[in-house]
Amino acid sequence: MRIVVCVKHVPDLQSERAFDAEGRVVRVGGEGTLNELDENALQVAADLVAEQGGEVIAVTVGPADAADAVRRAFQRGADRGVHVVDDAIAGSDVFGTAVCLAAAIRRLGAEARVDLVLTGMAALDGLTSMLPAALAAELGLPQLTLAARLTLADGVATVRRDLDNATETLTAPLPAVISVTDQINEPAFPSFLGIMAARKKTVEAWSLADLSVDPTAVGAAGARTRVVEATPRPPREHRVLIADDGDAGRRLAEYLIENKLV
Amino acid sequence: MTTMTTLTGPVLVLIDHHAGAVRPPTLELLTLARAAGDVTALWFGDGLDGALPLLAEYGVTSAYQVVIDSPVANAMHLPAVAAEAVAAAVRQSDAALVLLTSTFENKEIGVLLAREIDAGIVVDANGVTIAADGAVETNQSAFASTWNVRTQITTPRAVVAIKPNSIPAEPAPSSAAPGVVTVTVTPSEDALRTRIVERTERVATGRPELAEAQVVIAGGRGTNGDFSAIEELADLLGAAVGATRVATDEGWIEHTAQIGQTGVTVAPKLYIGVGLSGAVHHTGGMQSSGTIVAVNGDPEAPIFEIADFGIVGDLFTVLPQLSAELRARLG
Ligand SMILES: Cc1cc2nc3c(=O)[nH]c(=O)nc-3n(C[C@H](O)[C@H](O)[C@H](O)COP(=O)(O)OP(=O)(O)OC[C@H]3O[C@@H](n4cnc5c(N)ncnc54)[C@H](O)[C@@H]3O)c2cc1C
Ligand SMILES: Nc1ncnc2c1ncn2[C@@H]1O[C@H](COP(=O)(O)O)[C@@H](O)[C@H]1O
Repeated sequence: MRIVVCVKHVPDLQSERAFDAEGRVVRVGGEGTLNELDENALQVAADLVAEQGGEVIAVTVGPADAADAVRRAFQRGADRGVHVVDDAIAGSDVFGTAVCLAAAIRRLGAEARVDLVLTGMAALDGLTSMLPAALAAELGLPQLTLAARLTLADGVATVRRDLDNATETLTAPLPAVISVTDQINEPAFPSFLGIMAARKKTVEAWSLADLSVDPTAVGAAGARTRVVEATPRPPREHRVLIADDGDAGRRLAEYLIENKLV
Repeated sequence: MTTMTTLTGPVLVLIDHHAGAVRPPTLELLTLARAAGDVTALWFGDGLDGALPLLAEYGVTSAYQVVIDSPVANAMHLPAVAAEAVAAAVRQSDAALVLLTSTFENKEIGVLLAREIDAGIVVDANGVTIAADGAVETNQSAFASTWNVRTQITTPRAVVAIKPNSIPAEPAPSSAAPGVVTVTVTPSEDALRTRIVERTERVATGRPELAEAQVVIAGGRGTNGDFSAIEELADLLGAAVGATRVATDEGWIEHTAQIGQTGVTVAPKLYIGVGLSGAVHHTGGMQSSGTIVAVNGDPEAPIFEIADFGIVGDLFTVLPQLSAELRARLG
């Protein structure tokens, strides 16, 4: 099994997250982290390789500090890591990101067959969940999204997923792009050995020229959307906090009726 | 006052429906679509004839009923197939804007569709407007609703997925029965590489759908598995019942009740969260609610940082008292 896992460097959920004047996510040094849901994808890959042998390759697209996501992937068992990095990538929309990732995956595929591409179900910064399907289309592969369970047998992937109104079991032939939810496993903490081994690995940096990607097809130049304004929301006003001294339920009823909420 | 700006073609709205009824968020889409241009509706499958008067009332002037011509089971539920079919309708109608409800399924359809018709896409928007130069602009909130973002779609065609409960749905001032055209679409072989071998529609709970509800009551670990006080209040208010991942992982309530970044996003008029701490993963999925009420025994619980009305107390005494009082006062 040769598995590519797409990993994203995102602002820490617990930090103050913000936009800059250009409407791009502020990436302050040190406040970024590996998108949590990509930990689930890395765990799926590590488990499959432990079972069947093979190789896990982490790939990220992003600015210089995004290499950190690949280093964290090393700690979680990735054998190899690629960082697609180029000034022209800044400002990419989902399609630009998909073009870059697909080019890197095709290059890896030219070395030897890639059997599976795994992603998280969403990046916890934008939470769009759009990349996996866009990437599958870019690679010309079938996609299975939101996998809460995954089994592989005879070159076919079977996935169970829960949608708003239905539960589905889907299948697709490999290679396929599969996005996984946090239901699929409990990611293990990196082991001491894993952390030590990660230090010895190097992140391979690939530019757009290395991948023969036209720089005008990606980045702000190729983006089909543009943030025109980003403003912080004012905090909620007139907040009430009371301790229950025996009639909090009645006071809440009063509040709900007064504010026509019930 | 308002500058009249026009799109180059109609607005195509994907109609979500279930058991012969149009899903309520679809009416919000139609309300937004009307302000942007001529409204063409599109839906998959049949059984929607009874809903035609409602679609007309909300300003639909023409409609496509899409039939997927394939022996493959559940083919119309495959996002890649649906995207191809909607793309065919976009080409046929020359639609400039496609609106869908922002569900996981529709976001997947939307991105595949946008790629196919060279459109820019925004998902999880809570508004869409046409700028003075005719460009489609969207509003959405970001970073657990701590920021408002306005985005412009720079391509001639646009796809926008709108979150439920974004705007009040309003009928059109006047309406006429739309003409319905049946379109038969044969999916490509590529779109059929993924197969649905089993699909189980969720049984209705008798309560409103979580994402669509005007009132949501959510419980967490603090319920210890006892949701009866929550259900009593939900029955009284016609509310949906939600939960944290801890509560769904424990099996106290089904996984589909999970609110948060990896569950359902809710934006009701009123959200009441009890026995839950307010972890970012949870609040990320409910922070754009109108009014937030929290009941928690711990005054340091982070949920109080975003609550409009917070009670430091025991949910098992506060909720029954609240229900009793509301029952007495509302009759
Ligand atoms: C990748 C990832 C994704 C996640 N996605 C989600 C998600 O989508 N949704 C989600 O909810 N979580 C999600 N989580 C989990 C999340 O981080 C928290 O663990 C979870 O939300 C906490 O649930 P809780 O508030 O019920 O439990 P706790 O944090 O344990 O809080 C329980 C609260 O109940 C209070 N309490 C106890 N007894 C009572 C009582 N009798 N009366 C009143 N108050 C009482 C306590 O004071 C405490 O504050 C995710 C986690 C990860 C890692
Ligand atoms: N810039 C990126 N580099 C690598 N992987 C990404 C990137 N953006 C998104 N992904 C992958 O796509 C998944 C879904 O992200 P999104 O569609 O942006 O919510 C993430 O969990 C990642 O696995």
